[in-house]
Amino acid sequence: MIGHAVLALEVGWGTTMVIKTLIILMVIPLGALILGYTFLLKMMSHMQSRLGPMDPGGFHGWFQLVGDGLKFLQKEDIMPNQADRRVFAAAPAVVVLSTFLVFAVIPMGPDLVVKDLDVGVFYALAVSSLSVIGVLMAGWASANKFALLGALRAAAQLIAYELPLILAVVGVVMQAGTMSLQGIVYAQRDGSIFGWSGMGNPFIFTQFVGFALFLVAAQAELTQTPFDMPVAESELVSGYMVEYTGFRFLFFFIGEFGTAFAFAALAATLFLGGWSIPGVTGDWANILGPFALFAKLMFVAFLMFWVRFTYPRLREDQLQALAWKVLIPIGLLNILVTGALKVAF
Amino acid sequence: MSTTETGTTETPATPGFVLDPVALTPLADARVNVELDTGDMILNLGPQHPATHGTLRLVVRLDGERVVAADPVIGYMHRGYEKLSEFRTYPQVTTLINRIDWLSSFANEVPFLEAAEKLMGVEAPPRAKYIRTILTELSRIATFLLFLGEMGLQVGALTPAFYGFRDREHILNLIEAVTGGRFHPNFNRIGGVKDDLPWGWLGECRSAMKIVFDACDVFEDLVLGNEIFAARCKGVGIIPAELGAAYGVSGSNLRASGVDWDLRRDGEPYLAYPDLDFKVWTHPDGDSFARYWVRLQETRESARMVLQCLDAMPAGAVMAKVPRIIKVPEGEIWVETENPLGQMGYYVVSKGATGPFRVKIRSASFSNVSILPWLLRGVFVPDIITILAGLYFILGDIDR
Repeated sequence: MIGHAVLALEVGWGTTMVIKTLIILMVIPLGALILGYTFLLKMMSHMQSRLGPMDPGGFHGWFQLVGDGLKFLQKEDIMPNQADRRVFAAAPAVVVLSTFLVFAVIPMGPDLVVKDLDVGVFYALAVSSLSVIGVLMAGWASANKFALLGALRAAAQLIAYELPLILAVVGVVMQAGTMSLQGIVYAQRDGSIFGWSGMGNPFIFTQFVGFALFLVAAQAELTQTPFDMPVAESELVSGYMVEYTGFRFLFFFIGEFGTAFAFAALAATLFLGGWSIPGVTGDWANILGPFALFAKLMFVAFLMFWVRFTYPRLREDQLQALAWKVLIPIGLLNILVTGALKVAF
Repeated sequence: MSTTETGTTETPATPGFVLDPVALTPLADARVNVELDTGDMILNLGPQHPATHGTLRLVVRLDGERVVAADPVIGYMHRGYEKLSEFRTYPQVTTLINRIDWLSSFANEVPFLEAAEKLMGVEAPPRAKYIRTILTELSRIATFLLFLGEMGLQVGALTPAFYGFRDREHILNLIEAVTGGRFHPNFNRIGGVKDDLPWGWLGECRSAMKIVFDACDVFEDLVLGNEIFAARCKGVGIIPAELGAAYGVSGSNLRASGVDWDLRRDGEPYLAYPDLDFKVWTHPDGDSFARYWVRLQETRESARMVLQCLDAMPAGAVMAKVPRIIKVPEGEIWVETENPLGQMGYYVVSKGATGPFRVKIRSASFSNVSILPWLLRGVFVPDIITILAGLYFILGDIDR
């Protein structure tokens, strides 16, 4: 009953808010760091038969990424002469902000959630697309043609992939009967598969099409390969962030991996049961919940980065064709089937 | 209203060829939008751009993401090797020409040395010829392995590039074991090669060829078999056979357009190629995908040729009798060979001195790149990169 004692502490509303804010402010950079280390440095190196940095920090070079971050801090902050200074400076903050906002509604345990909104899914998908504004700002304010091309590609792409993303989630919402993320987790935990309720009913079994759609669309939202045209290193030389250096670039980096972290957490919550562990209830769920969510999130992130490091990049027109001609029809069909089955059972 | 009526930087059409009218339609489309000024944007790709592997500069005129006109600007790396050769002795010139196509330096040396040997009337002993053949094919494999990986990188997949570099390392180690240099061997001498092969090298070479075959299988699965790669490369940058030949495109680029022409088989016999049994691979499509396919097959074919050479390696000396101070008798000669990037030729004029009077270098990339203005018209920005990667040029080979 340790957890109970901790959570029973009487704290004022203001203090709670401060604690929650601090946790969110820690979770995103930490999450970005973990994903960056696990996947970018280690998994990618293993896939490409390189060692990667092995020395810093002793164990498998775990300190490398921190070192990289510190390096960025001491870099010169360069701003192009022609740049729109205020917009240029604000853009990275806007990108990171959207990531922080998503995490506000993701539940990590029965009581561990910053704000359980009734329209949690809607809110999460809405604020995640705020980053487009940041990307557009960055591309436009940089006064660089490569950055401009990258930003315009990003805008077109993020708008196109917003729709499949939402359509993928609609099936889950229909099945759970609620848009609250906490409600969706409960629906999965308390559900049963053909009367067997041993492990609840993670929606991945019924909504596997939705899960696949969600992963593809999330990949596009994150501008990761095979949809990384906005940054396209071999063509646009990093696109909208080409003019950014030092700390501002670090912000984009945190934004990139932080958003991947947030989307992985969202997918884990929507399709894999979030924090719920079969047979664990009460305070233990509060204690073990974050770890369960983390494990599921890392699995989803593994899938995302696996694709990222394997596939080539699509062309802009092929990407749009994929979104409008393939993903959206599949998403609509999925909703139709889900609706029919929902009525039938 | 639009800048299209005023003078543009479009390169003049090559006489004798009618430009594809479909490729020029975007200009007409842009004219519909009168109110909003949608003038073309000029984008400088390079001279410092990762896709131009060096210092090629492309001035690209863009309508949205569609290329209206593209102009390659070369010469950022011009080192004046033709002129410098006139002030070097024959053995010294090889040091320079090593650095033309720096990925396959050994193959560069061969035609020049052949030219000098033919003028002098010296012939390298058979063992030297076989060693030269093996090393030429090894540098071809090294160059193509890099291409096979790098093309993936340019199309957006990071992983194949590392596989390419990893497997090329084995080949470079082999070259280093014989010549002492990984990139610039400078191992050829007039009349043969500097040293014999080190002890145990033949066996190591044989096992390295297995790695090459495995690498080719990996690339076939990972890159060639990938749907996205096919979608990005099929139908992109089609070079018609006659037009390619007219522009002087050569080597694998031309064979990918269906032209069955390989100087190792069809040219003046050189090295040990007449003794070898090999197939010249062609592909009818002529697009970037075909170029990748042809190079993949040629990598395998080269490995097979190396194995044949290892089996048939003759014994004997590696150096013919040549005077201590090399003077080449008066005369002029043209020698061309099939290099990894295409047709490489030297026109050497000698006036009987220790150094050449005049050397004209015909390098493959220079001619291969000359088709770019025609090829890039009407494509999208990402396709520029695919086409550049598929043509596979080396900057040193363009600029000399």
